[in-house]
Amino acid sequence: MISQNLNFFLIFLSAMIVNNILLMRFIALCSFFGISNNMQASVGMGFAVIFVMIMATTISWLVYHYLLVPFDLLYLRTASFILTIATFVQLEEMVIRKLFPPLYRSLGIYLPLIVVNCAVLAAAFLVIDYNLGFLKSLVYTLGVGAGYFFAIVMFAGIRERVNLAPIPKSFQGYPIAFITASLMSLAFLGFKGLFGL
Amino acid sequence: MKKGLLHELTKGIIEENPILIIMLGLCPPLAVSTSAANGLGMGAAFCFVVIGSNLVISLIRGIVPSQIRIPVYITVISTFVTIVDYALKAYLPLLSRSLGVFVPLIVVNCIVMGRAEAFASRNGVAASLMDGIGMGIGFTLIITLLGAVRELLGNGTVFGFPVLPSAYQPFLLFILPPGAFLVIGFMMAAQKKFFQKGGAR
Repeated sequence: MISQNLNFFLIFLSAMIVNNILLMRFIALCSFFGISNNMQASVGMGFAVIFVMIMATTISWLVYHYLLVPFDLLYLRTASFILTIATFVQLEEMVIRKLFPPLYRSLGIYLPLIVVNCAVLAAAFLVIDYNLGFLKSLVYTLGVGAGYFFAIVMFAGIRERVNLAPIPKSFQGYPIAFITASLMSLAFLGFKGLFGL
Repeated sequence: MKKGLLHELTKGIIEENPILIIMLGLCPPLAVSTSAANGLGMGAAFCFVVIGSNLVISLIRGIVPSQIRIPVYITVISTFVTIVDYALKAYLPLLSRSLGVFVPLIVVNCIVMGRAEAFASRNGVAASLMDGIGMGIGFTLIITLLGAVRELLGNGTVFGFPVLPSAYQPFLLFILPPGAFLVIGFMMAAQKKFFQKGGAR
């Protein structure tokens, strides 16, 4: 039982830090650079991504293993995942708006953006590619989401400081953001040797 | 808006380069550009998808109700992505493995969706086709260049051919993730310095 738990813990850490989705896998960079100008927006987006990602993986895992595999429809994987996720996000937005207005006020504007956030779809694909069971998929997705949150909030914090620094003209804006990201990625690279999935 | 078809083709290469200027769809260029060959492969797959989806969407733009256009576009795009994914798996299994999850992820690539929404849904077939080709070339150019620089510095080769003298110590960092951010950061700065007049776009 303990080793089983440890396993979950390793999956979580590996997804969150060692294979950080933003800095190591380069997924969902559009939002990473687009939103991280603003600390508050980054926190909001981070929570929204964790939330949607877990829901989306649950649904797409079930769709894959109970619809696509038994009926031999694997070639529909890409189309069916993106459509279920898009539909689901829409549905979720309506439910949250109805039942949890405060949550909607803080996450609402980010939900539609998430449909095109590759991180959500990537997490759904990765758990299928790694052939994880249902519970492990959820833990893995939670790790990916936590990694996203962790990286984007840290990056937003750094960018707030960088914006005040004197930077050569042609590096202002995005170029310096990329170089900042490079240094962060370098720091995350240090975890690479620890363990991996 | 009438600037001729040639302009639709060339604007994607430098003036409105999808990666450097519009800053969309950054994930695949950074992730798969560990070598020039990988970059070229990804670029070709991307070209096929963006040209195909631009073509189809401009053909059906008259009959798609605007409320459901996004799901329709997604379906069109994912059809092309599935074709590419399966073709790569069948004919170039090695490339398919090194591109991995990034081929299916072209579906959510913002450039494809962005061009569908911003261009193909408002313009005729010929212009959309040219726009798709231009965007595809611009994307391929940058991703291959990025791959070549990283391969050159990180491995001393370009497209697998040794370029630098054997005394060169490969700088492994450039093949690893931080190198991608670093190279594209410098590429953007250079682009800003040399191609952008007046700074603001």
